[in-house]
Amino acid sequence: MPYRHTVGPRTHVFADLAMLMAKATPIRSGDCLAGIAAESAEENMAARWCLAEVPLKEILARPLIPYEEDDVTRLILDDHDEAAFAEIAHLTVGDFREFLLTASSETLARIAPGVTPEIAAAVSKIMRNQDLILVARKARVVTKFRNTIGLPGTLAVRLQPNHPTDDLAGVTASILDGLSYGCGDAVIGINPVSDSIQTMGSLLTLFDSIIGRLEIPTQSCVLTHVTTTLDAMNRGLPVDLVFQSIAGTERANASFGVTLPILQEAHEAALALKRGTLGDNVMYFETGQGSALSADAHHGIDQQTLEARAYAVARRYRPLLVNTVVGFIGPEYLYNGKEIIRAGLEDHFCGKLMGVPLGVDVCYTNHAEADQDDMDTLLTLLGAAGCTYVMGIPGADDVMLNYQSTSFHDQLYIREVLGLRRAPEFEEWLARIGLTDADGTLLPGGAEARLLTAVPDLAA
Amino acid sequence: MSTPSDDLWQRLARLTPARIGLGRAGAGLPTREVLKFGLAHAQARDAVHTPMDAAEIAAAIAALGYATVTVTSGAEDRATYLRRPDYGRRLSPESRKALSEAAREPIDLALVVADGLSARAVHEGAAAMLAAFKPHLDKAGWSLAPVVVASQARVALGDAAGAALKARAVVVLIGERPGLSSPDSLGLYVTFDPKPGRSDAERNCISNVRPAGLSFDLAAFKLNWLLTQAFSRGLTGVALKDESDRLIESAKPDVAMPDVAIGAP
Repeated sequence: MPYRHTVGPRTHVFADLAMLMAKATPIRSGDCLAGIAAESAEENMAARWCLAEVPLKEILARPLIPYEEDDVTRLILDDHDEAAFAEIAHLTVGDFREFLLTASSETLARIAPGVTPEIAAAVSKIMRNQDLILVARKARVVTKFRNTIGLPGTLAVRLQPNHPTDDLAGVTASILDGLSYGCGDAVIGINPVSDSIQTMGSLLTLFDSIIGRLEIPTQSCVLTHVTTTLDAMNRGLPVDLVFQSIAGTERANASFGVTLPILQEAHEAALALKRGTLGDNVMYFETGQGSALSADAHHGIDQQTLEARAYAVARRYRPLLVNTVVGFIGPEYLYNGKEIIRAGLEDHFCGKLMGVPLGVDVCYTNHAEADQDDMDTLLTLLGAAGCTYVMGIPGADDVMLNYQSTSFHDQLYIREVLGLRRAPEFEEWLARIGLTDADGTLLPGGAEARLLTAVPDLAA
Repeated sequence: MSTPSDDLWQRLARLTPARIGLGRAGAGLPTREVLKFGLAHAQARDAVHTPMDAAEIAAAIAALGYATVTVTSGAEDRATYLRRPDYGRRLSPESRKALSEAAREPIDLALVVADGLSARAVHEGAAAMLAAFKPHLDKAGWSLAPVVVASQARVALGDAAGAALKARAVVVLIGERPGLSSPDSLGLYVTFDPKPGRSDAERNCISNVRPAGLSFDLAAFKLNWLLTQAFSRGLTGVALKDESDRLIESAKPDVAMPDVAIGAP
């Protein structure tokens, strides 16, 4: 059924809900590339007016990809919590925005299982950046493995010690550098160059010994394909978290070589290891707008809505961490700093509204119209929005993946400006070894040398 | 807090190209590090946005004894190129016509030199790469189309060019997306039986070809190995794993060995 909205003498017609949502999306290059973006600024706003009047029930009743065709649609509808939805079932998208602006943290937590990705995406499209920040800040998602991530007033950091040849000594050097800035409470997580089980094994063993030797209340992850991690678990290697890149359609996931049953199998295998001391959130997922389009698996749906659908996949497996690698994919999907900033705030909002522990890889490539100033802006906005975690990369320069993200220094900046703390167990550890004072502020000299002398032989 | 003068950090910094042991000024970077990063980003940006001088590239290639032909993609300018990868994969109508006219009998190999995301990589490396490859080419005796110099081009433009030139295989030498420490990196993409619609899984890639990365001589050696395999097995892509390193390690005397250390880089 087509949707219509009249502005003065003109009536804008939108063929179906997918087209309405695409046309209502703030303009970005990926939707233009897909040929589904609004063709004028007025059409963009007409679509938002029209979308604001759509009842949430109607969004639920009209799956963007048919139930029979796509297992992500089936997951979304099969997992939908009717009781949680009942509280918002009478609202339109426009009403829902106002509901969210006034809702308490408790209310947001209660309705989260009733919020489908399409509902989250729809309301985000009629929200300004400040709305996305304000609501996300109230929506707290707390997860646990060896520490507690996502508490109000905290921001965690993934220590990302990537190296162009997976050299163990080089990786260790980056880890020590990151720890000395108080990074690594979200995870010590590496993107290896090689996806071989041998490389994975040596990296997992290295991380396990560093974490064990220094008694760090954190977890590690080697970001390889889920099937490699399954292999590693079967071989008895010390796997803390299972990683996988995921997307919002069955076909896009297939392009990553992943299915829901494989994720289920890996989730169960990781749970059985019982390596978490405080909790059993054992999964780590990465996502990013544009991945379905780049796999030619977008079904004519806008990239932001598809991104939110990936969070529904993540939600089923109760992840410790999920992050959107927002500016990594390139300017054909998010052209410039403005589009990257908007997308980062949308993704974070949608994830949190759905009850997913969303962090953001605040990042860009050298062919995007963006620079470190844009990253400072997005990091600051995400800090205000209560983002779960960000990346910590030496000097913000990833020498393996060739992109720029946030640095060990950047997290010091945002902590100082916004008073954000680390995961409490990790913060206590930093104070115990004398790296920080009781408030989490880095102390000069001393303990750092202790950290360094404790470890270099591990890399030998 | 540490400064780069600390012995320990200097030792650790030698273990990785990552920017570790930078020191800090409060929560921020020392001024010198902010400026170093800014310069590296500026060079990467310039590599993306400086236009390729196709005439100069063609002249340098012609000086090596290759015939050349210059083409453009369907992307008119850099801004369009960056937003529309699909346009960068197509030949402009005039270029398609020019290549069809240049085509003669079916030939073995088409070489395409493309600006990609770093014209700097092409300016500094394309002629040197082709010079390093020439002895292999002469020895193999593959018939060759004129070398195509392509502006605003993506890798897949080679499929259209190779098909128009009736080539059994195409090699695209293209400027790679610049990293902060590698604004000058070439990628070499080999595709057997090129035609529009080929997927990336049907290609083999040799990447990070630059003086500080994979040397031109070693890249030429690997390229020759891949092409020989492609022609004998009739395919490229995921089914063809690059095992040229084994050949380098076994170092057979009758193989034209590159002038580099065994096992490097």
